[in-house]
Amino acid sequence: MPTYKTLIVNIRRIAKAGWRSFRRNSWLSAATVLVMVLTIFVITGLLFFNVVAQGIISELKQKVDISVYFKQEAKEADVLAAKDQLEKMPEVKAVQYISREQALASFKEKHKDNAALLEGLKELDQNPLQASLNIKSDSATEYEKVAQFVQDADFSQLVDKVNYKQNKEIINRLSNITDTAQRTGLVISLILAILAVLVAFNTVRLTIYNWRDEISVKRLVGATNWNVRGPFIVEGVLYGVSAAVATMIIVFPLVALISPKLASFVPGNDIFSFLKENFFSLLFFQVAVGVVLGALSSFIAIRRYLK
Amino acid sequence: MIKFENVSKIYQTKEGQIIALNDINLGIEPKEFISLAGQSGAGKTSLLKMLTAEDLPTSGKVLFDKKNVNLIQPKEMPFFRRRIGMVFQDFRLLSDMDVRENISFAMEVAGYEDEEIQRDVPQVLELVGMGDKINRFPKELSGGEKQRVAIARALIHRPDVILADEPTGNLDILNAWDIIRLLIKINELGTTIILATHDREIINSLNRRVITMDKGRVIRDEEKGRYIL
Ligand SMILES: Nc1ncnc2c1ncn2[C@@H]1O[C@H](COP(=O)(O)OP(=O)(O)OP(=O)(O)O)[C@@H](O)[C@H]1O
Ligand SMILES: [Mg+2]
Repeated sequence: MPTYKTLIVNIRRIAKAGWRSFRRNSWLSAATVLVMVLTIFVITGLLFFNVVAQGIISELKQKVDISVYFKQEAKEADVLAAKDQLEKMPEVKAVQYISREQALASFKEKHKDNAALLEGLKELDQNPLQASLNIKSDSATEYEKVAQFVQDADFSQLVDKVNYKQNKEIINRLSNITDTAQRTGLVISLILAILAVLVAFNTVRLTIYNWRDEISVKRLVGATNWNVRGPFIVEGVLYGVSAAVATMIIVFPLVALISPKLASFVPGNDIFSFLKENFFSLLFFQVAVGVVLGALSSFIAIRRYLK
Repeated sequence: MIKFENVSKIYQTKEGQIIALNDINLGIEPKEFISLAGQSGAGKTSLLKMLTAEDLPTSGKVLFDKKNVNLIQPKEMPFFRRRIGMVFQDFRLLSDMDVRENISFAMEVAGYEDEEIQRDVPQVLELVGMGDKINRFPKELSGGEKQRVAIARALIHRPDVILADEPTGNLDILNAWDIIRLLIKINELGTTIILATHDREIINSLNRRVITMDKGRVIRDEEKGRYIL
């Protein structure tokens, strides 16, 4: 009867045998770990690609929000009433009111180094800037509706200009690009990830195939299925953990190197600080991928030899 | 203890059917020492494979303690195998384990305590004359040395039966006799031994039961037999 104590003894023996095999067959282990490093690297790379892509997309979407500028004579109450109406639209996510004073303040802030311009501004006895509403909606395609609404609204005679019109082309193109990029990115990611997993699985399968004679001997000597399977699974886990750690050792300096270059042409995309902030969750994710990949590959690959 | 009832084994190969065992009927009592004689290809190894359930008979029954070996559930198989010690003709040592580990593996899976393993393994290796090569790997051993390790592994968990398939095939006369004397001693302590061999001299001087096979059939079965072909 297997008792609690014999179970512990068995687990210890299995772990020891797995570790021993991992250590002794170092060339085979190294090759398997290498393949798994590639797999985890591809998956991590895809993760970063998606982070960058999402960053770019949201950055661009913010750039194309629609601005409604009001004529000088429009009263604050009128503008706020218009804001209320717009906020009730389901397509609209948020509306930001920028008063004439705020517009002036940010104008001054923006041009604080330009003394001549600020002097000129003082000469005017009136604030030359317009109040505006900054509208964000969920996707670029909704802007058409919002723009139409503004045109037909009762406050339309107070509106000086809607700068959506000027950006209409860009917005439409962008919404197409981001949609396809997101979809194809996801499909490509999935295909690559599946390919990587298959390659890793096949490597483990070949390793176990090499041991098929030993497996039959162990069974003839009286080993249970778990006596045989256990060490292989432990070995698979060790492949996974080593591969995950090795991948992180490669990824960290690589991202540190790439990040500034990437940030220079995709502003607001600092993947290195993303990596630093998420270091442990990313490492945990990589180890989890490695362990599941290694252990599951071993478990599945050995099944046919235990019938 | 062991019974073969109308056991036949037919292998399918590209060249056609090979009848390795042809209607074998045998009974083996506890504590017997049996020599299984016969030319190469007579079916000795095949017969032993039926007993360890490494292969299934094409027809007939193999009984071990009145239990049909072929009906043993996969779950029960390891426990059944631990009652048998097998010395394979081709050794079948585990290549990634050293001599000590090869022997302790059989004890570990049989559930022995660590202290017992540490005590017994060097002892049994001493017994087969391998005490000084305990940390070698199989690939660092000669054929005869591998054979001794294989014998040590078959003895270590005190099985009810030892099946020794050509255990002296790679040994010189002196070493061969050491092994045979060892098997006799184990037999005297109560273990059933089935020894497959084509060594005429060993069979003749054993003066025990001899089962002679030819072309898959038992052609002679004599107490205190001799090697006659
Ligand atoms: N797995 C197999 N597939 C096909 N034929 C086999 C298989 N195993 C054995 N045979 C055939 O069965 C016959 C008996 O083989 P077996 O190994 O039992 O002989 P043996 O008496 O042990 O011979 P030896 O003394 O050479 O070991 C031989 O003709 C052999 O070719
Ligand atoms: Mg044989």
